[in-house]
Amino acid sequence: MIRAVMVMNTQGKPRLAKFYDSVPVDKQQELIRSVFGVLCSRAENVSNFVEADSIFGPDSRLVYKHYATLYFVLVFDSSENELAMLDLIQVLVETLDKCFKNVCELDLVFNYSKIHTILDEIFFGGQVLETSSTEVMKAVEEISKLESASNSINLVPKSVSGWRGR
Amino acid sequence: MSSRSCLPPASPTRGSATTPPLYPSTTTPPSSSSSPTSSARISPAPTSSRKKAISVVLRVFAKYPDAVRLCFKRLVENLDSSDPQILAAVVGVFCELASQDPGSYLPLAPEFYRILVDSKNNWVLIKVLKIFAKLAPFEPRLAKRVVEPICDHMRRTGAKSLMFECIRTVISSFSEYESAVKLAVVKIRELLVDDDPNLKYLGLQALSVIAPKHLWAVLENKEVVIKWLSDEDPNIKLESLRLVMAMVSESNVVEISRVLVNYSLKSDPGFCNEILGSILCTCSRNVYEIIVDFDWYVSLLGEMSRIPHCQKGDEIENQLIDLGMRVKDVRPELLRVARGLLIDPALLGNPFLHRILAAAAWVSGEYVEFSRNPFELMEALLQPRTSLLPPSVRAVYIHSAFKVLIFCLHSYILQSESITSSFPDNLVLGVSELVLKKNMLEGSELTTCEAPSAHRSEGFNPRNQSYEDLSIKNGGDRTINHGQTSTPAFSENIFTYDSIINLINQVELALGPLTGSHDAEVFERTRHILCFIELIKGEITECLVQKGKTLESEEMKASKIIKLISDAFSEELGPVSVSAQQRVPIPEGLLLKENLDDLETICADFQVPESNLFSLGSPYYGEEVGVSSFGLQDKEESEPSNEATSLLTEHRKLHGLYYLASEKNEIVGNDYPPANEPKLQVNPNNDTEDLVKLTVQSLATNKKPNHAKTRPVVVKLDEGDLVTVTAKRPETKDDLVSGAVREVLLGSDTRTATSQSNPSDKSSSKRKGKEKINVDRSELKENLGDSEKPKHENPSSRKNKHRISGKERRHKSAGKIGEEREENGQKGMQKSSHRHARHKAPHRSDAPLNVVSQTPVIPDFLL
Repeated sequence: MIRAVMVMNTQGKPRLAKFYDSVPVDKQQELIRSVFGVLCSRAENVSNFVEADSIFGPDSRLVYKHYATLYFVLVFDSSENELAMLDLIQVLVETLDKCFKNVCELDLVFNYSKIHTILDEIFFGGQVLETSSTEVMKAVEEISKLESASNSINLVPKSVSGWRGR
Repeated sequence: MSSRSCLPPASPTRGSATTPPLYPSTTTPPSSSSSPTSSARISPAPTSSRKKAISVVLRVFAKYPDAVRLCFKRLVENLDSSDPQILAAVVGVFCELASQDPGSYLPLAPEFYRILVDSKNNWVLIKVLKIFAKLAPFEPRLAKRVVEPICDHMRRTGAKSLMFECIRTVISSFSEYESAVKLAVVKIRELLVDDDPNLKYLGLQALSVIAPKHLWAVLENKEVVIKWLSDEDPNIKLESLRLVMAMVSESNVVEISRVLVNYSLKSDPGFCNEILGSILCTCSRNVYEIIVDFDWYVSLLGEMSRIPHCQKGDEIENQLIDLGMRVKDVRPELLRVARGLLIDPALLGNPFLHRILAAAAWVSGEYVEFSRNPFELMEALLQPRTSLLPPSVRAVYIHSAFKVLIFCLHSYILQSESITSSFPDNLVLGVSELVLKKNMLEGSELTTCEAPSAHRSEGFNPRNQSYEDLSIKNGGDRTINHGQTSTPAFSENIFTYDSIINLINQVELALGPLTGSHDAEVFERTRHILCFIELIKGEITECLVQKGKTLESEEMKASKIIKLISDAFSEELGPVSVSAQQRVPIPEGLLLKENLDDLETICADFQVPESNLFSLGSPYYGEEVGVSSFGLQDKEESEPSNEATSLLTEHRKLHGLYYLASEKNEIVGNDYPPANEPKLQVNPNNDTEDLVKLTVQSLATNKKPNHAKTRPVVVKLDEGDLVTVTAKRPETKDDLVSGAVREVLLGSDTRTATSQSNPSDKSSSKRKGKEKINVDRSELKENLGDSEKPKHENPSSRKNKHRISGKERRHKSAGKIGEEREENGQKGMQKSSHRHARHKAPHRSDAPLNVVSQTPVIPDFLL
């Protein structure tokens, strides 16, 4: 099972955090901080695994990938394959890249809801749903269509769903 | 959060309860009308929502186990799905479910097997492999069928993730299939030599999984592993360190430790301590199981303490003391190491070493009789820089000084008693001897410094002799006489009048200022020693000056005191069982406080030795034994501690689960064995062994010392010493879910029938189902009937026992399997005839029956 997905920048500011077990917010922040503490001490060109037992309790693994100014972190347990998780980070980043055309940290900041939509298409309640970025893209497009259709009914602020115009 | 409200179709995760329109049936309690909707949703809905429905089912099951009865069959049906997305989702769900309770999902093994063989999707295959890894321990016959396809995948696949999963499955669950393991090891080697650090890391991890069962796999890759010890990635370094430690055995421990200690000198502080920690841990495992040459090990400990980054003071302290108490033969060497540590004034400034120094000081006091030169020890214990030590360590120093002093005085008295008979005029001789002695001492020091190894080897014989001495004298009664010290020639004459007087003056001078100390412990120890000196000083000088005249009556008093104290000190301290404290009976009439909160401060002090592996009698305990204390502070201190002991045992009883899991011996012993007793039991034929040792020594001089020496006796206590690493499996949280699953899979009719889950069932089909169920049930009963006698292996009998039976099964299966197969063969024949009929008739028409028909399937499909 996936326990958490995190994206944080190299300053340790969380840009996205989703925990699939119920974790209180202050605890979440503490976890993010300690993860960052480990990540920032690691050199480039070393393995992407971190022993996370001390942070997340027994039977937990952590895989991360470093892109430009962002760390993408996946925390999971023994029912997932480490290398597959690494691929999945790749899928996530690819999808983001397709959505935003050369994704950068600011895209994540300003398109919070879309990021979550994408994330929910890939991970669902701690399960991995989709591993192909084209499929994810398709689903996301569809959702955005529905969303814009329902926008006339629901009073959703433009800024939240405005990403579609990009 | 706003995102959630604006995205109804994708609205995610736990929110299942908040999205009634999508999955009404899975969230609402069972009502006859809703179940068709559930089936409808999981089956014909578009893929995108179907896979979400599937994965949300997991959460629903966790919250609401009854849901299993409603939609489990639909879930199982999805295993047949041709849509890879659906398949991935459903296999993922089963992987989660199986990780909680593998036994219940055995009946689905054929389905998984089919997927394993047919599927081309790596993701699905990985999940299926995970499932099989979990099922394998519960059904030994499974392995035979599954191993081949797994090996196929391992050979064929280009995806590293799948390959690694195959490797992991084989080495963790099918490690008795040699060909598969060999293939896996070849693949691991591929990973190890890969440039990608991730693959390297995983390869090393795989090796450490396989190490306990197939050490050859690690040995085969020895060079690579050692090479990665100097990798830049800390993960890889750590992993290879673990592997290197896994390779350690009796024969190579010396060599490997040497290499590692040298390497630790060059590495960064963190890793250095990792290395030291793992050496200490490996060597002390199981009461120093792999150590043969304890002299070497003790000097290694000394060497480790001097490594600049060393922060393992506590562990080294424990081991130094523990070795002293457990291994008699090592004491002379231990003393030599301790002396080296004490004498070096530079070490006193390093706070990480203070605990080690405390141990060294304790050793020097306790085993002073092995010392060549107690005066030198005394000097080290009293050197001015000891003011840098924390009071607790300083107290150990002072007390050890006391022990050394007593030893010197006692030896002196014994000696003068024997000498006075032959040399009436000792005084003149003594002075002249002092000069002579000094020269000789310097000489001896040189040899010890320059050639410790030479000293060690030549020290063997005298030590051996002293050991014999000791063993003759029956343990506890360790009367000190000079024949016992390692160099008898020296000790004859070392204790002269002048040297003794010097010693006393030195002690007085060094400790005088400490009478003003603010630390109770230091203060008190100092007072003890000074008062004692006061007590004997007058008499000693007096009686020595008028030697030869009236010494009989005068000397009597002082020497009596000295003898008494030295007797008290010479009582040997043995290792203490971890469970010792529990065996102390609670004194009658002792009121135990209800509220234990205020104990916390006391407990904090006492838990430290408790949590140790071997709970040592730490220096302080030794002191309490040795000195009968009259000081006010001490009384105050000892009283609550006594009470605390019993309170602590009570606390343990009450809050057992918060304590470390060393408790299993609670049941074992009801009386407290004297600490020295076990050692006598351990080796009743000490003498013969010593003889053997001697002869071996004399015969095989050209052999390596390692082999020539038999391993010295290591005192072991009862179970208290055994490290009980109980691999505790996480408790299955949801027995309810697995119960329901088993019910569904094994077709326990009553519940399913009554829970109106299948109103669509026609009465006729129901009846058919009943018949079949009856068949199955009777069969099952045969199986279930055995669940009382837990021997019989039966996947369905495991309700609460599966953990034990799972383990048992592995051992038993070999013997049992033939018998069982015979049974199954019979059954299988009957059954298969049934099944043929069944498969043809209703086939896909109604799900429950289909599932039911699959229940006892494993033997047929797989064998």
